[in-house]
Amino acid sequence: MMEKMIFGRYIPADSIAHRMDPRAKLIFVFAFIAIIFIANDVWGYVIAAAFTYISVKMSGLSLRFLISGLKPVMILIAFTFLLQLFFAREGNVVLDLGFIQVYEEGIRQAFFISMRFTLLVFMTSLLTLTTTPISITDGLESLLNPLKKIKFPAHELALMMSIALRFIPTLMDETDKIMKAQMARGSDMSSGPLKDRIKAIVPLMIPLFVNAFKRAEDLATAMEVRGYRGGEGRTKYRLLFWKARDTFALLSLVLLAGALAAFRFWI
Amino acid sequence: MSNMISLENITFKYPGTEKEVLKNISISIKEGEWTAIVGHNGSGKSTLAKLMNGLYFPEQGTVTIAGIQLNEDTVWDTRRHIGMVFQNPDNQFVGTTVQDDVAFGLENHGIPQDIMVERVQTALKQVKMDDFLNQEPHHLSGGQKQRVAMASVLALRPDIIILDEATSMLDPAGRAEVIELVRELKREEDMTVLSITHDLEEAAKADRIIVMNQGEVYREGTPEDIFAMGQELVDLGLDLPFPLKMAHVLTEKGIPLKQNTLTEEELVNELWTSFLSK
Repeated sequence: MMEKMIFGRYIPADSIAHRMDPRAKLIFVFAFIAIIFIANDVWGYVIAAAFTYISVKMSGLSLRFLISGLKPVMILIAFTFLLQLFFAREGNVVLDLGFIQVYEEGIRQAFFISMRFTLLVFMTSLLTLTTTPISITDGLESLLNPLKKIKFPAHELALMMSIALRFIPTLMDETDKIMKAQMARGSDMSSGPLKDRIKAIVPLMIPLFVNAFKRAEDLATAMEVRGYRGGEGRTKYRLLFWKARDTFALLSLVLLAGALAAFRFWI
Repeated sequence: MSNMISLENITFKYPGTEKEVLKNISISIKEGEWTAIVGHNGSGKSTLAKLMNGLYFPEQGTVTIAGIQLNEDTVWDTRRHIGMVFQNPDNQFVGTTVQDDVAFGLENHGIPQDIMVERVQTALKQVKMDDFLNQEPHHLSGGQKQRVAMASVLALRPDIIILDEATSMLDPAGRAEVIELVRELKREEDMTVLSITHDLEEAAKADRIIVMNQGEVYREGTPEDIFAMGQELVDLGLDLPFPLKMAHVLTEKGIPLKQNTLTEEELVNELWTSFLSK
């Protein structure tokens, strides 16, 4: 199941979405999240869905691949659907099961909210599927740069993120090693009552934490030796290029917002 | 030739402790020389490296790097002259990919982007890792990671490279890779190399060996001089290289060998010619 899970993963390919500037993609996704809330009727959602479909096409990934990869998230969406279905109490009763009633507004809300949720998950997944973590970090740093004026630590935040990303596989390997070492000493982590299993995690976490701190110290020394003295006076190895397609992508969002607003307020 | 590093009467205690880790040490390292500092764990050899790079400052005595006296004001200037490779290959890999890691030091020094790209390429070529530009660290072997660490150092064009137990966590193949690389670099770039190690086989490749014990310089000399100490080295907690051990055992068994055999080749030559001289 974890192999099929694509949430948060990067899939290398050569498509328009892959080649876009990470800054444009970040703005695009965050703006989309805001814009989707304008839609409040069937036509609004049809347009938003069509827009999402076109975005998926631009990423060069197949829709089927996305849907199968997002199945675990779908369970959450189905749960939201049912929650809305049974607990929104407005309009006429459509179905009366005795112990619970389904209202007209409940059906409407359930469809709309799960639709909104689905589109959001698709769009945010597209961001991570088409952008390497390091590009996302670069993009974020560049976008947050103006905030440095009010002492916001944009560079530090980006560096922290990239180091965290770099160490995930290292720490995973280490967890695996410690787990095997504890198992070899007779610790049982995969069976028994829940309470025992939680207790078995403690001897796993403590060495992991101790080692992580040691690594952090070593890393800090290595960084200092290579001349790291904070963000001041640093140059960037990776450059970002804003192209015409990035501007067009953002313009398409303005169109989407306009269309959704038109349906909501005038039609 | 001038002194690249010179330590004069260094005494050092770790903050908040009583024990003197280094006691009145004076060492000088010449330009273009490969020096090995050996000693058992806790002999103070790694502390020495940290003092040379201003990670700690001595209690007494002076450290001079490339003519600059090291103090809190000059620490960033002296660091430009020294590149360091540490023990753990994972814990010194800062970037998410090979090229990012090599670029990290260059970014810190404010090198313009176009020059950076060129220097990253050259440095990776020097360590023969230029095919791995976009590789992530967890897909590399320990030896490859140490070679990237060497490239990160080389990209900064220092005069001195300090290897602080850089080969101790590697398998024999990785160790050989790194040592061979150091030898090549020394020959081609005329770098000053200081390797801190407890592996006498690595030290045997150096021009000069300094033996540390209990925070003091115990002996200083060429590899031949040092290995002539024999059992004394074992008593200091150091492990003799295999050819030397073999020679000692043979001597004990009544097969005396005439010269000190530092490498396997020398040992073999000595063995197959030993009957001729009888």
